[in-house]
Formats: sequence, C-alpha cells, structure tokens
Amino acid sequence: MINKTARSVAEALAGVRDGSTVLIGGFGTAGIPNELIDGLIAQGAKDLTVVNNNAGNADTGLAALLKTGRVRKIICSFPRQADSYVFDELYRAGKLELELVPQGNLAERLRAAGAGIGAFFSPTGFGTELAKHADGSPKETREINGRHYVLEMPIYGDVALIKAERGDRWGNLVYRKAARNFGPVMATAAKQTVATVHEVVELGALDPEHIVTPGIFVHRIVKIDRVATQAGGFKQAA
Amino acid sequence: MTYQKRSKDQLAARVARDIHDGAYVNLGIGMPTQVANHLPEGIEVILQSENGILGMGPAPAEGNEDFDLINAGKQPVTLLKGGAYFHHADSFAMMRGGHLDICVLGAFQVSSTGDLANWSTGEPGAIPAVGGAMDLAIGARQTWVMMDLLTKKGESKVVQACSYPLTGIACVKRIYSDLATLECTPQGLRLVDKVEGLAHDELEKLVGLPIAV
Repeated sequence: MINKTARSVAEALAGVRDGSTVLIGGFGTAGIPNELIDGLIAQGAKDLTVVNNNAGNADTGLAALLKTGRVRKIICSFPRQADSYVFDELYRAGKLELELVPQGNLAERLRAAGAGIGAFFSPTGFGTELAKHADGSPKETREINGRHYVLEMPIYGDVALIKAERGDRWGNLVYRKAARNFGPVMATAAKQTVATVHEVVELGALDPEHIVTPGIFVHRIVKIDRVATQAGGFKQAA
Repeated sequence: MTYQKRSKDQLAARVARDIHDGAYVNLGIGMPTQVANHLPEGIEVILQSENGILGMGPAPAEGNEDFDLINAGKQPVTLLKGGAYFHHADSFAMMRGGHLDICVLGAFQVSSTGDLANWSTGEPGAIPAVGGAMDLAIGARQTWVMMDLLTKKGESKVVQACSYPLTGIACVKRIYSDLATLECTPQGLRLVDKVEGLAHDELEKLVGLPIAV
C-alpha cells in the first residue's frame, strides 16, 4: 500500500543531507511552508543551497534558517526587502553566496529540471548583467529566428519543501489561491518533495480533473494545523 | 508659456486611456498599479499578477484580506468572476510567450530606442533584486513605461544610452511621463502628445534628444 502521509514534520524531513539543494516554495505571505522550514532548522542539515523567490523576511521562516549559518548559497530573484536584514547582513559579510535569477528564469529552470530538459534558451536577461556566470564570464547566447536568447541551465533540487491545501495518501495535491505559486514546479524538480497540507482526504475525494500536482511528484505529505499558519486562508488577525 | 505637469492620477488616467477592450495587462509594482483605478468604463480588461493570478480585482474591504490572495507587491487583492490561478512557470510563460498584450512598468532610465533600466542603480554594495522585471520587459507584446520625465535633480530619464544596468534591450514601446507621451523607435523618439503649453523645442531641450513629430 502506498502511504505518503508522514506522522510529523521531523519524520518527513529525516532524510535531508548536508550539502543538499533545498527548493522552498512561497511568494510573499502565500504558500510559504513555514513548518517545514522550522523542521529543517531542527533537523540540522548544513552547507545547504536554498532556492526561493526571496531571501527571508524579519527573523522567522527562511530568515531564521539563514541565521543558523547552515545555508551556503541562495538562488533567488528578489532578496532585497524592507525587512530582509538577516540576508543583507550575511550577504554583505560575504557569508552567503547569492545567485540572482530573473523570476521567470527561476521558474523555468526549475521546470526544466523536473521535465528532463538539459538546458534551454531564454530571451529574458539577454544583454544584461544577469546573462553572466558567477565568475563574470558571459553565458552562451544564440540568435534564433532574429531573436536573442541566453542558455539557462536547470536547477535540480535534492529536496522541495512546499505548502499545499489538501492532499491524499498517494500525494495528489491541490493548492489555495495564489499560494500555489512555485509549489507545482518545485515539486517536479526535486528528488524528495515534502508538502504540508491542511487536510488529508481519502483517495478519490480530490476531483481528478482538479488535481494540480499528481502524486508521482510528491514523496511525503504532512498535515499541519491551519490555525498555526498566517496564510492558511484565515485573516491574519484571527 | 507656462505648463502644468500631469498629476499622478492624470498620468495613470492617460495610460489607462490607451488600454483596449479585452486586453490582458500586467501592471508593475508602484505607480503603474494606479492605472487599474482609471480604466475606462464599459471595457473589460484582464489584469495578470506574476504570482499566479488572471482576473485580479481591487483590494478587499478592510477585514476581508486573505493572505493567500496577494498581488506581486504582496498586498491583498481579490479575484474577479472568471479569474484563474496558476503556477509560476505558467505565469511567466504568459509573459515570455507573448500572451500578455501590455505591461506597464516604472523605470530609472529609458533610451530613445527603448532600452530599459529599472532594476538596479548599479550602486556598489547595494543588495540587488530583479523579480519579474526582465521577464515582463521583454515578454509582453507592448511594454510601456510610466515615470516622471526628469529626476529630482532635473536630469532627463529618457537618454541616448542607459547608464544604469539594463533590464532589457529595445523593449519599451511607449513612455508615459508627467510632461509628454513618447514612442521609442529604432530611429529614436517620436512624440505622441505633451502637456498643454509645453513647446516642442522646450521638451527636446529638457530631454536633450531630438523628438520626431
């Protein structure tokens, strides 16, 4: 029998190794798997590369993970925020490597990894500072049908941590509103995808026409308390 | 002769006037967001938000915020009837794939041929951030910039060649500013309109570049 339901966050994250690339979903207040990030901090894996759209806010969640000093590198599109001071300090001190990626290239590099695409030519970023490798050398470019493109490589995850709304024991997932964001793409791009859900339902309860992430992309689901999250569809003050 | 600059509202209304019925539009963070408040009556425009929303509606009434339903600027929004949610790769396929009719962005500088600089001032030590700016700039069928024509120091933000790091090359079609609306073409700037009382040569002097009529 297939049962991807983990009894706890700790059980779901037991296999995360030092040196892993960890894909973390979420955009703004929506879709951040806060319980899994806290679980990763407790789990203790270090020398991590983290992929997220941002680089943490205030002192909790991703910022708290950065603060532990266990993240070597972050790949993201928008690290600078009014309250990204944890990242800012580590970055300025040279303690955290940053790979800045245009948001659409970030999503597509993850998609490519999940879809088995070796690399792809993207028009985004052509002729800009972001069409360069970390060492400053230019990325490969090509003109195709009169348009200019930059060769972009996939981003493979060892682990993906995402937040969904409902799931079943086969790992099928549906999301809630804009909390979907990076979840479905990151789920495809990692060897181990762990999703939190607010509800675990019986097989067949999710309408097969509406399943957003089919269970083949998901390895563990953990039910978390809806009240415990700010962005579970509940008003922030509630 | 004297002239009056377009107010922020007047500028937003000026941009909104050029958005056609049935257009799929992405409004950038900041000033462009205001365009939504000035869309002409009687037309249907579908707003896209990069984080996975089509058919984005206005901000909810106070107390009805849902923090799973936010815009690219991370402010709570609503969904119109007929709206849809989708993941990030689909969202950026809408941009890169040329499915969006119009995006409206802010800018630090725009060149006369439509190069855009709006993500970094290139200051040493600054924390960089790009988000969806580069994807939007080159992806939408028409990229419009909405900005003040001059910096606070009085320098033109429309330039021969951008000195700030580029967001995209030859991607801006139109510049809507507080003094004039300009078109960027391979041959340089072309005037669409300007505020009343501003003489053509005066505008060219402010910009420091020839503007074809």
